Amino acid sequence: MVLGIESPAVWLAYVLSLASAVLCVVYGIVHWNKGEEPVKKEDVDWAKEEKTEVEDAL
Amino acid sequence: MDLLSIILVIVYLMATGYLGYLGYKQTKTAADYLVAGRSANPIVMALSYGATFISTSAIVGFGGTAASLGMGVLWLTVLNIFVGIFIAFVFLGNPTRRMGHHLDAHTFPELIAKRYDSRLLQVLCALIIFCFMPLYAMAVMVGGAEFMAPIFHISYDSALYIFALIVAAYVIAGGLKGVMLTDAMQGAIMLVGMAILLVATYGRLGGVTEAHAALGALKDQVPGFLKAIGHQGWTAMPKFGFAEPGLAPPGGVAYHMWWILVSTIVMGVGIGVLAQPQLIVRFMTVKSKQSLNRAAAAGGIFILFMTGVAFTVGALSNVYFLQQEEIVCQVVDDAALLDAGADGKGKLALVPANASDEIKARAKRFVAYRLPGASDDSPLNYVLWTDKMEIVQGEGDAPDTLKPRLIAVLRSVGPGTTLQGNTDTLIPAYVRSALPHWFGVVFMLTLLSAAMSTMSSQFHTMGTALGRDVFEQFAHHQHGSKSIHVTRFAIIVGIVVALVLGKYVRGNIIALATAIFMGLCASSFLPMFVFGLFWKRMTKPAAVASLLVGFLTSGFWLLFVNGKTAGGLGLCQAWFGKPNLVPADWSLTWTVVDPIVVALPLSILTAVVVALATKPMDKAYVDYVYGGPKPQA
Repeated sequence: MVLGIESPAVWLAYVLSLASAVLCVVYGIVHWNKGEEPVKKEDVDWAKEEKTEVEDAL
Repeated sequence: MDLLSIILVIVYLMATGYLGYLGYKQTKTAADYLVAGRSANPIVMALSYGATFISTSAIVGFGGTAASLGMGVLWLTVLNIFVGIFIAFVFLGNPTRRMGHHLDAHTFPELIAKRYDSRLLQVLCALIIFCFMPLYAMAVMVGGAEFMAPIFHISYDSALYIFALIVAAYVIAGGLKGVMLTDAMQGAIMLVGMAILLVATYGRLGGVTEAHAALGALKDQVPGFLKAIGHQGWTAMPKFGFAEPGLAPPGGVAYHMWWILVSTIVMGVGIGVLAQPQLIVRFMTVKSKQSLNRAAAAGGIFILFMTGVAFTVGALSNVYFLQQEEIVCQVVDDAALLDAGADGKGKLALVPANASDEIKARAKRFVAYRLPGASDDSPLNYVLWTDKMEIVQGEGDAPDTLKPRLIAVLRSVGPGTTLQGNTDTLIPAYVRSALPHWFGVVFMLTLLSAAMSTMSSQFHTMGTALGRDVFEQFAHHQHGSKSIHVTRFAIIVGIVVALVLGKYVRGNIIALATAIFMGLCASSFLPMFVFGLFWKRMTKPAAVASLLVGFLTSGFWLLFVNGKTAGGLGLCQAWFGKPNLVPADWSLTWTVVDPIVVALPLSILTAVVVALATKPMDKAYVDYVYGGPKPQA
C-alpha cells in the first residue's frame, strides 16, 4: 500500500504523475540556459505577418 | 449572490479588462515579443499555454469521470504531463517552431500544406478542424454551464446562454489575440483555485493517506451498473480482459470499464493532445528552444495542479458524499416518485399523481427539497432515497438537515438524468456542498478563466481554418479583406453550433465529446505531423492517405462500431436496423474499444507504407522544408 492506495496500478499512476512533473522541472532547470538561438530575419518576418495578417484579422 | 461574490466577480472582470487594454496599448501578444526579438517570461508562457491546454472540460468533465471511474483516471494525468508537456515541449516544440517560421506557416493546416506542398491537405485539415472542433468547444461550454447553474440557482439552459454570452463578449473584445498577460492571469487563477481545492479536500478528509484509504474502503459501495462493467473500487483499476466472442451480458460487458478508461479516456485524450491544432500553433510563437526548456518546468507543475487535482478530488468526492454530506434545506416531499420508463433506461421524470399503479410501483423514491434563499416557485432539488438516508427536521422555522449517504455517481441521479446519473454535475455539486460559498465563486472564476482561454484559441483556430485555409485557397487571392469576413463568420458559426449542441446533448457528455475530438485529431493528423517534422522520406501521397485512413476509420468506428456513439447518433440504426455493426458472434468488448486503438496504428502504417512505395518528394523542395533556400519555381 502506498499513500493509502492498495492497487499498484493506481498508486503507480499517482506517483508517476508527480514524477512526470518533477521530470519537467528538472529538465527545465538543467536546460535553463541552453538552446538560446539568435533571432533570424525569418522569425521576425513570421511574427510581423502573424501580427498584421492573422491577429489583425481577428 | 452575496456582496463578497459580487466584489470578486467585478474585480476579476476589471482585471481581465485592464490586462486586455494593456495588451492593446503595449503590444504584448506572443508575436509582439518575437517582433521585438525578445522572449516572454517562461512562467507567463507556460501559464498561458497551460490555460489554453486545460479547460472546464478537463476539470469538470474528467473530474466527474474520476468520481465515477475512480483514481485510475490519473493515468491520463501521467500522459498529460509526460506526453502533453514533456514530449511536446522537448521534442516537438522546436522543430515545429523552426519549420513554421521557415515556411511562413501561421496555422496548422498551412504548416502541413507547405511541408507537403499540397493545398488539398490544407483544405482537408481545415475542414476537419472546422467541422469537429465545435464538439470540443461544446464540451468546454457545458462544463462551465453545469457549474454556473447550481452556484447561482439558475437553470442549466440559462447558465449555458450566460456562459456563451460571456465567452462571446470576451472573444469579440480581443480574447482571440491571445494577449499573453490575460492568458497568464487566467492560468494563475486556475492554479490558485485548484490548489485550494486540493488542500481543502485532503484537509476535510483527514489527510492524504487517510483520504485514499477511506476511498479504498468504499469498494463495497460500487453501484451494480458499474460493478457489472468491471468496476472494482475507486482506488483499483477495473477488471481487465476481452469478453469471449458471442458472449451476451453479463459476461459480455464484464471488461467494458477497463476499455472505456484506458482506450477512450487515457489514450484518446492523452495522445490526442499532441495533435491539437491550437496547441501546435503556439509553438511557433516561441522565440527559441531555450524558452521551451524553461516553460516545460512550469508547464509540468501547472498540469499536475489541473488534471491531477481534478481527478484526485473527483474520486475522493465519493468519501465526502457518502460519509459527510449534509444538506441544510427545507424538505418539501420525502416520497417523490421519479420514473425511468418501462425498461428503466430512460430519463427520470416526475410521476404524476394520476399515474397507473404499475408506473408507481416501478418508480424510484426521491426526496424533494429547496435550498435556503431559493424562492417558492424555483425548481425543486431531488436526491435519491435510500434506507441509510437521514432527515433531521428543523424545529419551528429552522431548516431541515438532509444526509443522503450516497456515493457520488448516485448523488447525481435526478430529473432529466438516467438512473446512471450525470457525472458532469459532480464536481460542481461537490464544490457547492463541501466548500464555503466564497470558494464556489473563486472556483467559478477558475472555470471561467479555463474556459475563456481555451475557447478563444479554439475559435481562433476554427476562424482561421475557414478563412485562411479554405476560403483563401479557393478565392485565389492572398490575405484579402473578404477572408476576414469569412474568418469572423466561421467564429460566429462555431459559437452558435457549440451552444446548440450544448443545449441538446446534456449528460455525461463532456469527457466523451472531448475524447472524440482529440482521438479524431490524433488519428487524422498525428502521423503526418510527426513524420513531416522528422522524416524527409515522408511524401505528399502518404500524408493524404494517412489523413484519410485515420479520419475515415475513426468516423466509421464512431458511427457504426462504438456502442455509445453509434447508438447515440442513431445513423447505424436508421441504415442497418441495429445499434452497431459488431457481428453477434464477435466479442461485445469491441463496442467499447476507442477508435484511436484501431485508427491511429492504421494511419501510421499507411503513412509508412505509402511513403516508402511512392516517389520521394523533390530534393530541392525537401531541403527547403528542412531549412534550405527556397527553390526557384
